[in-house]
Amino acid sequence: MTKKKVKKYKRFERFWHWSQAALIFFLALTGFEVHDSIQIFGYEKAVEFHRIASYMFLVLIVFAIFWHLTTEEWRQYIPTLTNMKEQVRYYMVGIFKKEPHPTQKEKWKKLNPLQIFTYLGFKILIIPVMVGSGLLYMFHKTINVNNVVVISDFNLETIAVWHTFGAYILIAFIIVHAYMTTTGESPTSNLKAMLTGYEEVSDHEPQGEKQSSDKTKAEGEK
Amino acid sequence: MKIRKHTNVLTLTIIVVVDILIIAGIQLFTPPDEPNLALEELRLEYTKEDSSYVDHSQFEILDQVFESAQEVTATCLTCHEGRHEEVMNSSHFNWDRISYVEGRGIEALGKNNAFNNFCIGATGNLQSCAKCHTGYGMVDASTFNFDDPTNADCLSCHADADQYVKGAGKAGLPDESVNLTEVAKTVGRSQIGNCGSCHFYGGGGNNVKHGDLEAALYNADRELDVHMANDGINMGCVDCHTAENHEMKGKLYSVSSNNVNRLMCEDCHTNTPHLSDMLNKHTVKVACQTCHIPVYAKENPTKMAWYWSDAGQLEDGEPYAIQDLLGSDVYLSTKGSFEWAQNVEPEYVWFNGKADHYFMGDKIDTTAGPVQVNTLFGSHGDADSKIIPVKIHRGDQIYDTEHLTLIQPKLVSTEEADSAFWKEFDWDAASAAGMAQTGLPYSGHYDFIETEMYWPVNHMVSKAEASLQCADCHTRNDGRLAELTGFYLPGRDNNATLDNIGYWLILLSVFAVMLHGGFRIVSYMFVADDLEMEKYEEFKDDEEKG
Repeated sequence: MTKKKVKKYKRFERFWHWSQAALIFFLALTGFEVHDSIQIFGYEKAVEFHRIASYMFLVLIVFAIFWHLTTEEWRQYIPTLTNMKEQVRYYMVGIFKKEPHPTQKEKWKKLNPLQIFTYLGFKILIIPVMVGSGLLYMFHKTINVNNVVVISDFNLETIAVWHTFGAYILIAFIIVHAYMTTTGESPTSNLKAMLTGYEEVSDHEPQGEKQSSDKTKAEGEK
Repeated sequence: MKIRKHTNVLTLTIIVVVDILIIAGIQLFTPPDEPNLALEELRLEYTKEDSSYVDHSQFEILDQVFESAQEVTATCLTCHEGRHEEVMNSSHFNWDRISYVEGRGIEALGKNNAFNNFCIGATGNLQSCAKCHTGYGMVDASTFNFDDPTNADCLSCHADADQYVKGAGKAGLPDESVNLTEVAKTVGRSQIGNCGSCHFYGGGGNNVKHGDLEAALYNADRELDVHMANDGINMGCVDCHTAENHEMKGKLYSVSSNNVNRLMCEDCHTNTPHLSDMLNKHTVKVACQTCHIPVYAKENPTKMAWYWSDAGQLEDGEPYAIQDLLGSDVYLSTKGSFEWAQNVEPEYVWFNGKADHYFMGDKIDTTAGPVQVNTLFGSHGDADSKIIPVKIHRGDQIYDTEHLTLIQPKLVSTEEADSAFWKEFDWDAASAAGMAQTGLPYSGHYDFIETEMYWPVNHMVSKAEASLQCADCHTRNDGRLAELTGFYLPGRDNNATLDNIGYWLILLSVFAVMLHGGFRIVSYMFVADDLEMEKYEEFKDDEEKG
């Protein structure tokens, strides 16, 4: 059985992913310091860093949206129920029996149906909640006689509660997400792929890059 | 191949652009380096000595023997024509200000009629209290001639305060020892002593009332007060408290009500004085004093509480006094018990510049907690309100249990057998005599009730390094603003339910991941070999079905 390298993640995709990871990690650290759950940088620095990082995150999001649209990569996230049952069964049963992945990755099918739902939720629910509540938080202050200022109609507590809620969801997401990377071909193959862009896969088919369905694969192994 | 190269170039460009944006962002939101030029400019402005003041010792007209202090005033007015009208319109002379209070209407309020939490009121004791009146001979406010120009005391504010001393119990006239001719030649711009001789000693001793105004300010260092520090900018009172037509700018809400003619830090420092944008945003809701006066009464103790109910205890029929180790009275038979404190952390309230006061005769609610001698208005929802530091002076006062009014007892004895409390120690008789003087009814039944009086803290501004830090308020426990509820303060406030849910969500995720991972490891270790077989068979079945 030979191994071969398959290009899985483009350069921008990797840059985007790791910048986002770093920013979310940093925002969580500083954010929970602002929430007075932890003490690392000191309150003033934590606030300052949280703001700078949030602006960086906003820039990154703009680039990411542009990239998704121009490269048609957004199509990866069209939700589907095809294979969903198999995928759930795999994580609950099959994985313990070393069964092969039910969803084979192809160029235009990088994600399994569970991933699609999770990442789509991440993109259109969690991140918008965090960005929205974050911007309201950032520009929130009430008006006094001298300063004409924005956003006094929203209660700061409501904004803060949404932002904190999103933060907890994000942390839970990252814990599970980090673990799920170990469920690839080998425990580190997904991680390597996200770092280098290439994944080492068992070379079952002469056609090369076009990995196809389970059955073909099973046939090949037979 | 060409297309691939093109993509690489594009990706690299994007990365570079992102980097540039990140650096630009950091630059944009990082404050410029010290020094704070606006502050330097202010310093320079106040370093310049104003030498335009006239040397009055050269004037022949002042080189005469004055028979009375009133004669000095008359002499002043020969040159300073009409200035007496300004003085006589001022609160320093009238001891009240016309103010409008919601629900009360237009009232003249000031020392003349205000009730205070210390010596209760000036009525009945003006002979002594008028020592701090910028006038001569106010024994009784109802009979005093407020229209006689020579009753205005120019010297108290303009003469050398070391030489010009008002006499004790002389209703505002100078002490016998004062040489009026010498004193008259020293007049000029008001010095700290002109203000301090009264304002530092309110309540009968240094720093008793305010807590942030005291004799230590004569020789302040920057630790005590950055503005008045001898080793600093060395400002005097009137550098900030300027006067237009003899009406001083600034006032304290122990005796004032309206949001007019206030002296604000912002007048010089603007409302965006910091280099940090984040700090400047605070000025919308937080007064400068809140962070920049972290403690008051830094040098000498101030009186924090006064319990009149303890007064009147006698030893062998004689009044006595107890002092603490620093020499401050903690008990006097005449006045009751006191509590003193030094380096006090202020308490904090919302304040919009308007206040109400207890007026003699107002009904009190004995079930509503301490009687508020003055009430500072404001709330978080009010756009004009800011958080300010206050000294809250606590204590108790005698009140009429039938009429539900606070009582102003007669304290100082002015003639034989006049029921004065400080001589006869009989609350009932003193109350009857005192209330008769104010013209209010007294039922003969009295008790004591707790009282509170609010003193905004405005002086003794600390060095920038000593000001409050973020975490002094933005902290879950025991922050400076712990008592100030009704709004969400990041770091202090949280939604406990949400935090619990979040905590369990994280724990659950970790647990689930460990459980799943654990099962995988175990199953791989023990059943890995058998699996190969099963797998083949399974897929065989699948294929047969298909």
